[in-house]
Amino acid sequence: MIRELAKGLGATFKVLFRKRETISYPEHKKPRSARFRGRHELRLYSDGTEMCIGCELCQVACPANAITVYPAENDPKNPHSPGERYAYRYEVNMLRCIFCGLCEEACPTDCLHLTQEFELANFSRDSLIYGKDRLLAKGPSEFTIPKNVYPEFEGRKAEK
Amino acid sequence: MQTLVVLLVKSLVLLLGLITAAALLTLVERKFLGYFQYRLGPNRVGPWGLFQPIADVVKAAFKEDIIPQDADRLVFRLAPVLSVFVGLGTFALIPLGPPVHIGGLTIPLSGAEPNAGILVFLAIASLSVYGVAMGGWASQSKYSLLGSLRATAQMISYELALGMALVSVILTTGTLVPAEMVAYQAQHLPLVLMQPFAFLIVFISLLAEGNRVPFDLTEAETELVGGYNTEYTGMRFAMFFLTEYVAVVVSAALMTTLFLGGWNGPFLPGLLWFVLKTALMIFVVIWIRATLPRLRYDQLMSFGWKVLLPVAALNLLATSILVVIGWIA
Repeated sequence: MIRELAKGLGATFKVLFRKRETISYPEHKKPRSARFRGRHELRLYSDGTEMCIGCELCQVACPANAITVYPAENDPKNPHSPGERYAYRYEVNMLRCIFCGLCEEACPTDCLHLTQEFELANFSRDSLIYGKDRLLAKGPSEFTIPKNVYPEFEGRKAEK
Repeated sequence: MQTLVVLLVKSLVLLLGLITAAALLTLVERKFLGYFQYRLGPNRVGPWGLFQPIADVVKAAFKEDIIPQDADRLVFRLAPVLSVFVGLGTFALIPLGPPVHIGGLTIPLSGAEPNAGILVFLAIASLSVYGVAMGGWASQSKYSLLGSLRATAQMISYELALGMALVSVILTTGTLVPAEMVAYQAQHLPLVLMQPFAFLIVFISLLAEGNRVPFDLTEAETELVGGYNTEYTGMRFAMFFLTEYVAVVVSAALMTTLFLGGWNGPFLPGLLWFVLKTALMIFVVIWIRATLPRLRYDQLMSFGWKVLLPVAALNLLATSILVVIGWIA
């Protein structure tokens, strides 16, 4: 019995000098994988225009009905995005979102993507419905407007 | 008059020191249990989590003080007080260092030095059963009652072996007074070398007396409701909790005094040696908690009665023979 006790005590004593596995969470965060699916973000082209063209494919792809897109037509003098349409309102309901990433896959312009950010907790339901103010990227991305993809657009056809 | 003032000041310092040590021990134990499990332990309140005990006390103080409807109110309130009294009282008999000379006064560094010495310690320590038994009985709860019965049975069983082992220590040193035992160890060897079996028996018995792992099945937070203190909340619970940690400190201090040579040691001042040795014993207690699983109740009882008590008796017999033929004196 004494040998077993000594063995057990030795085992725990060795642990005392090993590296601690604890990650002091708010100060240090566990590294996330490159493919981590966190909060959504709407990218901007390198010239600062929105990449979102209001196609609503993300909304269709969403299995949890978390995304709502209200598209509108661009003003040709002051366009929000290349092409005809842009997202006038874009809402992601974080309470519904299951972070599956299907919206990211559906996006034809690579605009919508999921970031590494995961601390989304909040105190009210309303504050968890993210609008464009919080979803839009803070700065332009590497993406440039592709050539010969967006048709020329001179304004509403009905007005011509 | 002068002696009275000295006594009062001494008691106050000892009391505050002991309570501070016990409060710190709650933190140190959690820290080390963390280290033993690849964790960090509490580190949110203050540097190294140092203010954690204060936070815990504040929390306990603000908790609602619940007394169960059918409880025996007087006994229910008395039980934690008694527990704390017993825990703090035993510490008075332990000499922390060599006597201090201040302005012609010789002040022994212990709360009291009765002639009966270690017997008084045993007498006070055996009162600790009452706090537990009263607490469990007065709660009017089956869990508390059963827990307190178990605790009582365990404490009484192990007290026998503890007493036996202490008698062999008394025989070896030829005195009952802890301070003289320390002096004996200064002249000869520390008793841990002369009485290794008594050392082990006393250590194990003190673990069982204090309801520490692996003998903590009376509380067994992880499997039972919590034993005798189930119905206690707030500061009353904190008093039971404090008692347990005081008991650990006192046990370690007693082991230091009886077996590790007390305050004796080269280079460093006596008090520091005492604190270091006590800290070592406390570390071993925590280490054991981090390692060993809990005993089953029948294992606990059969170990106490069938192993510890006979070994203590044999050790006592052997010591007596050695003392009579004069190998130990």
